[in-house]
Amino acid sequence: MMKTDFRREPLHIAILAGLLILGFFLPDWMRFLLQTALAGGLVALGVALQMRAGLVNFGQGLYYVLGGYAVGMLAAKAGITDVFLLLIAAIAIATVAGVVLGLLLSRYREIFYAMLSLAVSMILYGLLVKAAWLGSTDGFNIPAVTYLGWTPDRTVRPDVYYITTAVLTVLACLATARYLTSGAGMLCEAVAENEIRLEYLGASSRKVAFIAIVVAAALSGLGGGLFAMSTGHVDPLMTNWTTSGGFVFVALLAGRGSTIAPVIGFFLLELVRTYALDFAPNAWQMILGSVMLAVILLLPNGLWSLTEWRRKA
Amino acid sequence: MQKFTAIMLDGMSYAAWLFLVAVGLTLIYGVMRILNIAHGAFYAIGAYVCASALGVYYSLGLPGVFAFALMGVVALVAGLIVGLIVERGVLRNLYGRDEVLMVLVTYALFLILEDAVKLIWGVKSYFVYQPYAHFGFIEIGGLPYQVYDLLIVALAVVMGIALWFWLERSRMGRMTTAVVADREISAAMGINVKRVFATTFAIGTIFAVVGGVVTAPKIAVTPGIGVEVIILAFAVVVIGGLGSIPGAAIGAVFAGYARALSVHLAPEFELFAIYAVMAVVLAIRPHGLFARASGRKI
Repeated sequence: MMKTDFRREPLHIAILAGLLILGFFLPDWMRFLLQTALAGGLVALGVALQMRAGLVNFGQGLYYVLGGYAVGMLAAKAGITDVFLLLIAAIAIATVAGVVLGLLLSRYREIFYAMLSLAVSMILYGLLVKAAWLGSTDGFNIPAVTYLGWTPDRTVRPDVYYITTAVLTVLACLATARYLTSGAGMLCEAVAENEIRLEYLGASSRKVAFIAIVVAAALSGLGGGLFAMSTGHVDPLMTNWTTSGGFVFVALLAGRGSTIAPVIGFFLLELVRTYALDFAPNAWQMILGSVMLAVILLLPNGLWSLTEWRRKA
Repeated sequence: MQKFTAIMLDGMSYAAWLFLVAVGLTLIYGVMRILNIAHGAFYAIGAYVCASALGVYYSLGLPGVFAFALMGVVALVAGLIVGLIVERGVLRNLYGRDEVLMVLVTYALFLILEDAVKLIWGVKSYFVYQPYAHFGFIEIGGLPYQVYDLLIVALAVVMGIALWFWLERSRMGRMTTAVVADREISAAMGINVKRVFATTFAIGTIFAVVGGVVTAPKIAVTPGIGVEVIILAFAVVVIGGLGSIPGAAIGAVFAGYARALSVHLAPEFELFAIYAVMAVVLAIRPHGLFARASGRKI
């Protein structure tokens, strides 16, 4: 197990913020891709947090879809369009779900945690697919959001949405870094390493796992809310197992060395996906799968290990 | 009353089908500790190969009875070839790595194989209904029922017993059991663990392919059939306890009847009846019904 040190985290997050400012110089389509990838990246970060405690969540899409649908339903059905209220609602609903499921799931470890979380997310998928009033498999569209009564018009809207997403992503990373350096965050690795010893030392491994699950749920809810705001559309695929599998892939292969690793990793995955889809519409999955295999075979410690080769030498 | 008969029969035939597609998954996990997502793709490959082979066969106007022999040969050959290519080509280089990483490896393989299937067979649907129609109906309790579905039940029982016999009575099977118990000691006693792995993976793959082959005549063979199967098979093996073959049988029965009940009584819940069963079982028996006790490291 890799020991992680988060003292350099503020520096990493500052680098991320710098990269996001560079986003303004990207072509529009790529900046939009970056924006949606940031939303997904927060979910991948949530998966990575749980992975530090040895919990692999194959159903993190559950919280992602809850955040997305919370924003969607409030905006499209209840007529609340204020972005701050919407995102707070997204985080709140995902957190409540995380608390409820966390009480059940924090007992489980290893593959059983993965399978049970997958089962719960697929049950929700089944419910959403059957819900005709929510558009079944097509999902539904979401009206434009407002900022304390101000509705950005069409020309500035992409910029405003991008700024919102980027700022919230950076803030979420900072909050996560704060959690990682707290007691509950640091004990996660002990849960993965040896629960019995941890219990002898007087800490509750269940409680540590529970907190990790809830923090991850809140992050994913925010991610889902941002995704819904950005694309103006939500559908049940957000909680399908293929989506969750992508988050696990990024969390595992971006490495656990930093909060920004999953966020950047998810953007790279989306980039590969987009180019593969463009290059070979009928074989994009094959390209994506081959890239995944290549990363696993060639970079056993994840992408983040590339940043550490110098220190080892 | 008729509804009851229908539920019993449907549950049984669905359970048999689930057992066929899930037992290979649990065998591979039990021996190799690989949760093989590509299993779904193997199933799809079986269905496609069967559809193509039977299409050619019937267009030659040959007698219908031998079509079943052809299905058997196709399943064995396709399973062996695909299984050995995947094992030798990819998995062999990754033994001993983290379990979660292996899940992602097979997930990547699944994506690759799905598109390979699309590139070879295209995106259109294939229909080979002849074997399904061959035996006609039989009346059970006033309900006409497809004989083919009952034959799948028989096939599942026979293959389950054959697998048990292989594991318990054959030399290779005993060695496999030893590897399950302790990989390192087995290797020290002179068992060729890599060969055991290759054999196990090939057998598991053949089971998946057989599942696809026997299902092909019942459905429209289209892209995407592998995805559903893998998710169902996961649920089945988790209910029974990962790596346990009797567990897979019991899990298949649970899941099969759960689905049959929901199809007949509450059709809107069909999609997640099996997951609900899985969630309930795991909440009561966290490691599945037939899980072996395992030591905790101190």
